[in-house]
Amino acid sequence: MTSTEKTEKPDELFIDLHVKYIQTLDTKKDDLEYWLTEHLRLSGVYWGLTALDLMNNVDALNKEDVVKYVVSCQHDNGGFGGHVGHDPHLLYTLYAVQILVIEDSLDAVNVEKIVEYVASRQDRQTGAFTGDEWGEIDTRFSYTAISCLSLLKRLDAIDVKKAIEYIMLCKNFDGGFGNTPGAESHAGQIFCCVGALAIVNSLHLVDADLLGWWLCERQLKNGGLNGRPEKLEDVCYSWWVLSALSILGRLHWINKEKLIEFILAAQDSESGGIADRPGDMVDVFHTLFGITGLSLLGYPGLKPVDPVYCLPKYVVQRIGLVV
Amino acid sequence: RAMPFENYDWSDVVPIEQDDGPDPLAQIAYDPEYSKAMGYFRALSQKNEHSERALTLTEKIIEHNPAHYTIWYVHLNEELDFIQKQVEQNPKNYQLWHHRQVIVEKLKDCSLELSFTEEVLNDDSKNYHAWTYRTFNLWDNELTFVEKLIEKDIRNNSAWNQRYFAIFHNPTKPSEEFLWEEVQYGISKIKLAPNNISPWNYVKGVIAKSKLKLDVLEELCKSLYQQGIISPHALGCLVDIYEDRAKCGSINEKELGIQTCVLLAEQHDIIRQKYWNYRKHVLASIA
Repeated sequence: MTSTEKTEKPDELFIDLHVKYIQTLDTKKDDLEYWLTEHLRLSGVYWGLTALDLMNNVDALNKEDVVKYVVSCQHDNGGFGGHVGHDPHLLYTLYAVQILVIEDSLDAVNVEKIVEYVASRQDRQTGAFTGDEWGEIDTRFSYTAISCLSLLKRLDAIDVKKAIEYIMLCKNFDGGFGNTPGAESHAGQIFCCVGALAIVNSLHLVDADLLGWWLCERQLKNGGLNGRPEKLEDVCYSWWVLSALSILGRLHWINKEKLIEFILAAQDSESGGIADRPGDMVDVFHTLFGITGLSLLGYPGLKPVDPVYCLPKYVVQRIGLVV
Repeated sequence: RAMPFENYDWSDVVPIEQDDGPDPLAQIAYDPEYSKAMGYFRALSQKNEHSERALTLTEKIIEHNPAHYTIWYVHLNEELDFIQKQVEQNPKNYQLWHHRQVIVEKLKDCSLELSFTEEVLNDDSKNYHAWTYRTFNLWDNELTFVEKLIEKDIRNNSAWNQRYFAIFHNPTKPSEEFLWEEVQYGISKIKLAPNNISPWNYVKGVIAKSKLKLDVLEELCKSLYQQGIISPHALGCLVDIYEDRAKCGSINEKELGIQTCVLLAEQHDIIRQKYWNYRKHVLASIA
């Protein structure tokens, strides 16, 4: 296993290496990590496929195999599990829909049932969403539900006004959003709340200047971004912070050159893949978010990514969505 | 917890039989498996053993007799113990935290939660799950706890956020006097680490909810600069103050604001040049 430790800093994006890295992910069945991450296999497919599409290599994974696999994760109640036989959850349901939209294969599944499952996750009193039948509430799930139903053109299935109300309860004094009311502002949660509000035409509820400042203050001297004050930089925040800034029309508040330098330095220039920061082990999650970050920054050779849906822009346009 | 209770090693346990008294009336013919499980349970209770086999045992008993309230109580407490051990190994697992929440709500007893979250925060003072969890189970001495953590690490943004939460989510609305004290507290911490944004955000948040104005920070910002301490947050705060005054018609302050933005964009916060140029533009556009 190689790390991203290198004496020279890479100044190019190793697209071919990353494509190969993603392709070989499913072949590592001898690795313990392969089995430890079984519960999020479906997420892995979404992360890998989206990265491939942005790198102009969507066919590097066989479309039929991918669709068949996604279909096998759907339950009778319409929800999808993280892998075959795993319990249904909102998160995996969104990943499933995102994958099928990329593969232009929504007709392979029971869409009405998906709508039913997602709608059933909303608490009609508070507007909040639970992740599954066990009741955990988090603004991540608000985004997941709204994004999923938006892709399926079925936002009518939930109480949008109430959903917005709950999200706004999670707005904090620093302009950011947490996972539940009063919880600390966190870039991941901010992406979810801002993305959700964007989909339902409610961005005017956000103090864009104040939040934009909070977001651009995430950039550290080394060019990387952290997720909240005084924490370490991490490549995945190149997505959570950047997409939120992009949605708010303030992407240029980040120093582009320094961030690109940081992301490129986190690549494994031998075996492909991107890590959370230079010198660490790569994984497909950080590979995707490094790529989406670079795409948002206009890095050459990549397709443009949609900051709200975290899908290639052409895919969002293909299904007739304009945000 | 995949093993059935029989598969655990019980060789060290002497089961204790049910004592129905010397002349039991209407003795119940219990299912042998249930009797066996209860026998082991009584023995473990006596030793006050908390373990995986104890947990599995209570599960089996509940299966046989779901109306056995005491066993439920013990079972739920075993679960709390089990979760504690799991959280030590997986402190960032969403499901574990949620599961604990559900149990605590069932037990209607959060007496253990203070020390439980304190232990987790001892290992990782910024664990997002632990902090969020504390917002569900707010205690009267939350401010004291938060203060302890701020003393330990003045840069702990989670602690600062929790301080705000503890004050403003309190059923008792804070008095103006109290809020003034909080602003002073924030200022004292700013002086210790002027480049740390957390107390700045905190103080501004408190001011926004009080009758105070941002002006109360002007002296602090200017004195830091005069001492040669360059904090973009102090300079940024001055920009905010000047902008407010410019909007009220002060041309002098409008100029000062613009100059401060230039200072930040070109010298003291170059990485955020575009942001400070934006602030300069906003100031310049004030009629």
